[in-house]
Amino acid sequence: MDLKKVDSILEKHGYRHSEVIGIMQDLQEIENYLPQEMLRYVSGKLELNLTRIFDIATFYKCFSLVPRGRHIIRVCCGTACHLGGAARNLEQVKRLLNVEEGETTEDLTFSLETVNCLGACALAPVTVVGKDYYDAVHPGKIEKILSKYYPESKRLPDAQD
Amino acid sequence: MKVAIIIDGQMVQIDRGAPIIDAARKAGIFIPTLCYHEALKAYGSCRLCMVEVIQNKQSRLVTSCNFPVEGGMEVFTDTPRVRKIRRVIVELLLARCPDVPLIQTLARQMGIDFSRFKKKEEKQCILCGLCVRFCEEVVGVGAIGLANRGTEREVATPFRVASDVCIGCGSCTYICPTGCIEMVPDEETPKLRRMNLGKLSLSPCPNNYQCETCSIEQEFFEDIKRVIADFRNRHKKPSF
Ligand code: SF4
Ligand code: SF4
Ligand code: FES
Ligand code: FES
Repeated sequence: MDLKKVDSILEKHGYRHSEVIGIMQDLQEIENYLPQEMLRYVSGKLELNLTRIFDIATFYKCFSLVPRGRHIIRVCCGTACHLGGAARNLEQVKRLLNVEEGETTEDLTFSLETVNCLGACALAPVTVVGKDYYDAVHPGKIEKILSKYYPESKRLPDAQD
Repeated sequence: MKVAIIIDGQMVQIDRGAPIIDAARKAGIFIPTLCYHEALKAYGSCRLCMVEVIQNKQSRLVTSCNFPVEGGMEVFTDTPRVRKIRRVIVELLLARCPDVPLIQTLARQMGIDFSRFKKKEEKQCILCGLCVRFCEEVVGVGAIGLANRGTEREVATPFRVASDVCIGCGSCTYICPTGCIEMVPDEETPKLRRMNLGKLSLSPCPNNYQCETCSIEQEFFEDIKRVIADFRNRHKKPSF
């Protein structure tokens, strides 16, 4: 755990309990998940009960307590995206990467999640990879999207010429 | 500052900002509650204490355990709207915990003998949070909390591992109105206790807080015993 980074995040938020969600979001940026020791450390530093932090970490879908891939794929399954065929897109991602929802690929490249509306319904169906938004996604587009996140030499587990 | 409010036709004088339920109790009016406890901070999770409030000619439903009193307020605790809401809450609880005596009694008192909601996985915990708040506010430890959300919400220790701060005082067992937290002798070492918390079963301290390096001082236990004895003398266990 990079204590310096953690401390500077706490510093930035002035150790304020009211900003605990923001603090946890920033902490998650470090390793893409919230390691247990990190939360224990932060609980002590903030003088905030670990139960509260654990509650928040398990309440919000955006937090993860287990290691996740470098890129997080979020397939929106909200109403608009559902009507646009989100389920088929989700199936395609699962098939290509050989993972289920909430799982991470073995090479730690991707984690797959679903969300219920990203507030971008006009672009439905939406899929987000990391911070990149993809609109009007259909199963045929997915392989191309995902391949951008692999180094050139590597290929999707299932992608064959 | 004292203000006057009318509750079910009775005038009550009460401190401004006090919760409505205090005014009701002052007037001798009973409002059913599950998550309210006079010794703990209001939490507002069970919604059973709903009442109808009329303010500036507008009527709305609020939870009486944490809604502050204001001058000129008119409160009704037993209108058809209120009864309907309570009925739904109790029916939902009955579907969730059909075998919990507290809920059965509550339902019987309200003349409810069936729930129109589909039964899912049966649970015992009603998520009133009394154990969590007691552990934090009265014992001052904060070993257990709530986790997850929606239908997955549950009482748990952080990371669902044996707590390193729980002192095994048993207060949570005592305060829980549905009996979901058990303190039982450990099977292997009967001198010690295990805490059964839903799916979790953990031993608060494998060495009864006797290790030399233990950060919990023995005096602390004495203090805690006093606090809890005092609490028991002053407040009765929530019951119906
Ligand atoms: S037994 Fe542990 S969890 Fe329960 S009230 Fe005491 S310290 Fe808290
Ligand atoms: S364990 Fe008991 S006291 Fe704690 S939230 Fe559940 S029902 Fe309430
Ligand atoms: S439903 Fe997908 S962005 Fe709103
Ligand atoms: S007693 Fe008021 S919400 Fe539970």
